[in-house]
Amino acid sequence: MTVRIGGGQGFYGDTPRAVEGLLAEGVDYLCLEALAELTLAILQKDRQRDETRGYTRDLPLYLGAALPAVAEGRTKIVTNAGGINPAAAARAAIDTARQMGVTGIKVATVLGDDLMTRLASLRSAGASLESMETGEPFDALPGEPLFAAAYLGARPIVEALEQGADVVITGRVADAALFLGPLAYEHGWAFDDWDRLAAGTLVGHLLECSGQVAGGNYSGEWWTIPHPWDLPYPIAEVEADGSAVITKPKASGGRVSFDTVRHQLLYEVHDPAAYLAPDVVADFASATFDDLGSDRVRVTRVRGKPATPTYKALLAYHAGWAGEARVGFGWPDAAEKAKATAAIFRKRVEMAGLEVAEWCVECWGVDALGGPTVPESSRAVEPPEVGLRVAWRCSDQATAARVGRELVPLTLSAPPAGLTGMGRGMGGGGGTELLGIWPTLVPKELVDPNVTVTVEEVR
Amino acid sequence: MARLALRELCGYRAGDKGDTADVAVFASSEEVYDLIVREVTAERVKEHFGSMVTGEVVRYEARNVLALNFVLRGALGGGGPRSLRSDNLGKTLGGALVRLEIDVPERLAAFRRPRPDVSWADEILRDGRP
Repeated sequence: MTVRIGGGQGFYGDTPRAVEGLLAEGVDYLCLEALAELTLAILQKDRQRDETRGYTRDLPLYLGAALPAVAEGRTKIVTNAGGINPAAAARAAIDTARQMGVTGIKVATVLGDDLMTRLASLRSAGASLESMETGEPFDALPGEPLFAAAYLGARPIVEALEQGADVVITGRVADAALFLGPLAYEHGWAFDDWDRLAAGTLVGHLLECSGQVAGGNYSGEWWTIPHPWDLPYPIAEVEADGSAVITKPKASGGRVSFDTVRHQLLYEVHDPAAYLAPDVVADFASATFDDLGSDRVRVTRVRGKPATPTYKALLAYHAGWAGEARVGFGWPDAAEKAKATAAIFRKRVEMAGLEVAEWCVECWGVDALGGPTVPESSRAVEPPEVGLRVAWRCSDQATAARVGRELVPLTLSAPPAGLTGMGRGMGGGGGTELLGIWPTLVPKELVDPNVTVTVEEVR
Repeated sequence: MARLALRELCGYRAGDKGDTADVAVFASSEEVYDLIVREVTAERVKEHFGSMVTGEVVRYEARNVLALNFVLRGALGGGGPRSLRSDNLGKTLGGALVRLEIDVPERLAAFRRPRPDVSWADEILRDGRP
């Protein structure tokens, strides 16, 4: 039996348009991956303003595209669009189905990834919650935690599918596990069948970033990708032994080749020989890839090792307020003018008595992105124009907003000739909240007992 | 021997996890892979990024796809939701890495990855004008 699985979303903000292509081609499962680290931070701010929020708000758009196929029994949906409020997302899903006249389908909600109310009990049960990045103890967390979520694995998804779910909504389930869930369920993979779990994780990893495996964000001959405005989302045809073919809907642009696939294989994996997933430690460096032509790449021989006893978890804390401003400079001497203006601006902010904890000065057209990697030979060429972007961090929102105002008078009052706005909003906005990220580990035995799966039929 | 930027020989992709950036480079052949394994060490990459990367650089090898993956700690100004940088997710660090110049044998030195031809974009953009 071959299971066809589609990656219908790569992040919060992706387009539901390519979902139609996947459904037209036919997929048994449509997996919608909506969460990045930054997304949880965005959703946290959302929930702070309104307790009924905290999930990715484009979920109804995706469901609008996919629910008719679900109602006809042609596909099922698995998504982590629940963000930090899966229960609210499930309500929204059920409401959307009703509005579309889709009844009789079952919506499952997976809870238990949210550790926010349990941090004290986790710590007294022995979880240190020290930072994975810096090794700092939990007590060094620079502010109150704003959210805390464990990256759950595929098991609760399998459970939901066993209970007959047509739509599975989770919170912070690891990206690739959204795909591993249906594959393990359909193929009956045991949760100690490490090679199969690794194969399913690799497939999930290749599909989780939507267009990124099919010619998106591609450093090869990207300008030769067919119809890049009609970039498809990917499909995997997965066999019971874990071997798979990565492909795309035929009637679309894009490309699936050995090169596009390997670009995605190493995306954000750290050690490719030990990709730490909730259900397995996958060895991506063991896999064999065969480019079959016609946008088909076969993946075989993936090996896995036993999963670790911990889940990764992510905490966030308030880290101050940011503001930013941009101005442009025309030729000649644009780079020098930009630097001088940044310095004058900084002096003016100081003179105004505004407290800035951190500055970031970028000269676009010089080295804003490349920094020290920009070679002397490039610096020796005078740029035709330069954009100056200055960002700052303050401890309160009002100050962050007032700092930007100090730049506006420089239009007439800074010595360099040729300062101009870069579009609208020269002085920057009202300040943006910054969040610090605290990745940590938490023993699975302290998380799993709280993971629940509930299924509700839409009536 | 000749001096060549990695961009002529390798593809790249970068991503983020917290304040850590992952930057992968993809060799165009086994010969190039062996060359970059030799030349593009973690130490050289750390030096290349200078003040942009405050922590350690670790290199991983994936011979099955002729690629190296570099893990750059302290590379994102505190991490995506905390960073003041425009590129708070480090998406452009792949391009920054392949600026690195290495010594290559003469027979590889003539090699140049092709430059983009976006005449199709010119056509589309022309249509948008009156």
